[in-house]
Amino acid sequence: MYSRAYKTIVSLPPLVWIGMFLLLPYALMFAHSFWLVRNGMIVHHWGLRNYATLFQNPLYAEVLFRTMRIAAGVTLLSLLLGYPLAYYMSFHAGARKDLLYQLVIVPLWVSYLVRGYAWKTILGSDGVLNGFLQYIHITKEPVSFFLYSPFAVILMLTHIYTPFVFLPLYASLEHIPRNLVEASHDLGAGWRATFLRVILPLSLPGLLAGATFAFVLTLGDFLAPLLVGGPSSIMIANIVQSLFGTAYDWPLGASISVCILLLTISLLFLTEQLEKKWAYQ
Amino acid sequence: MSGEPKHTRSPRLLGLYALAVFAFLYLPIVVLVVYSFNRDGVGGFPPRHFTWNWYQQLFGDSAIWDSVANSLMVAAGAVVLSLTLGLLAALALDRATFPGKSIFRRLVLLPLILPGIITGLSLLMFAVYEGLQLSLLTVFLGHGTALISVATTELFAGLQKMDRSQEEASLDLGATPWQSFWRVTLPNLKLSLIAAGLLIFTLSMDEIAVTFFLIGRDNTLPLEIWARLRRGITPEINAVSTLIFGVSVILILIWYQIRARSMGKEAQELLERP
Repeated sequence: MYSRAYKTIVSLPPLVWIGMFLLLPYALMFAHSFWLVRNGMIVHHWGLRNYATLFQNPLYAEVLFRTMRIAAGVTLLSLLLGYPLAYYMSFHAGARKDLLYQLVIVPLWVSYLVRGYAWKTILGSDGVLNGFLQYIHITKEPVSFFLYSPFAVILMLTHIYTPFVFLPLYASLEHIPRNLVEASHDLGAGWRATFLRVILPLSLPGLLAGATFAFVLTLGDFLAPLLVGGPSSIMIANIVQSLFGTAYDWPLGASISVCILLLTISLLFLTEQLEKKWAYQ
Repeated sequence: MSGEPKHTRSPRLLGLYALAVFAFLYLPIVVLVVYSFNRDGVGGFPPRHFTWNWYQQLFGDSAIWDSVANSLMVAAGAVVLSLTLGLLAALALDRATFPGKSIFRRLVLLPLILPGIITGLSLLMFAVYEGLQLSLLTVFLGHGTALISVATTELFAGLQKMDRSQEEASLDLGATPWQSFWRVTLPNLKLSLIAAGLLIFTLSMDEIAVTFFLIGRDNTLPLEIWARLRRGITPEINAVSTLIFGVSVILILIWYQIRARSMGKEAQELLERP
């Protein structure tokens, strides 16, 4: 029912814009990753030298593994917090459901920086937590290891991504037909068996979506280590950021970015396939 | 009994656990707000002397308000740009067929799922390649382009829900596609457009990761705060954070209400899967 002209008019501007301001920049990133820096200038010599550096220098693998450990920690903790919350709200919250739902949405969209800053003031050596511990006489001296540690990064990012993990989990729990749960009870299964054999398997797609989200977003984060992490929790994106800043090696930075990009996309692709496979029809 | 799993003693335990999770989510925000009124600074316990000083200091701080004005300009521009292109993209995905359509769909969504640093750096390289001076203009281009993803998703969902027969009727009754677009399609999408606009506005006001690499001399609000954090923290930052929090909550609740009205519950839940 739509004319050729209509289709052209709606398709062309976004296609051109996206091509120009999104595809071209991403392509430039790929191109840079094959170039080199000589005497402080980027030269367009094509080659795989940057990628060879990444594989040969153990520093990069080390930081990447640290980043993945932190991302795994954030994912696991977010699930541990988000799943029971989603489960409670879906099955037991009754009339308060809508209100509680909005209460989860609010922190989701509240500024990343505001929340990161809040953790900085809580965990610092003259921060609120230390003040509190001294006030109730648990410690005498300020404890300095709360802030500037991988622990602080994991805590801050868990705080940020728990609502992200919650949303798809909650959606998938809400989609479970309640008569399946009833049938399980009627057939004599206790709540543990019902959870493990009915509810958990049916919520796997949501669980997977949430976990992927937390993992992928942490993987590319560079702000949390700068804000609360300190040198011991430098993540892979911090290396990229410094290569684009003071260290001035854009091509090497671009090659790490390409690796992060490929890792992210393959993870998303993989989980999308799994989600489809596990989806309840 | 409406399919509630039968528990012996776990609902209460689970309820306590849920309460603890809410406490975890809100505690930092509460601390932030409380200490914005604390005379003796951001740390220490308990907070002792109530004061408005930090807010007074904030209201006299012209650098902060300049950055607020910058952020507002960028966000307003980003809303217009991303809604316009997002609407066209949503219409294209909904109604047109062209080669590479599925690639286009994925490409548009990339900034939503890729870490901000990747989109930010790509745009930085593009700006340098094109010889663009880094300024609020590059930040606006970055936000506007990255947020087309959000606009497209939201408006596409709105289009999918729309009743086609009205458009068909208008065309059958002799309206040109142009008239039909302005008088039928657009009014039907009004709520989706407002909801998407609010969301994009909030996201742009908060954005750091992309902005970080595209910023010139003039700071946006988050980047101004970021720069101050490097120099040491004062409750003035608590005060400005508290205000940001308050404004975000208002915008988000409006957004939630509008979106709950603009689409059925089911469509909404589907959308919220990241």
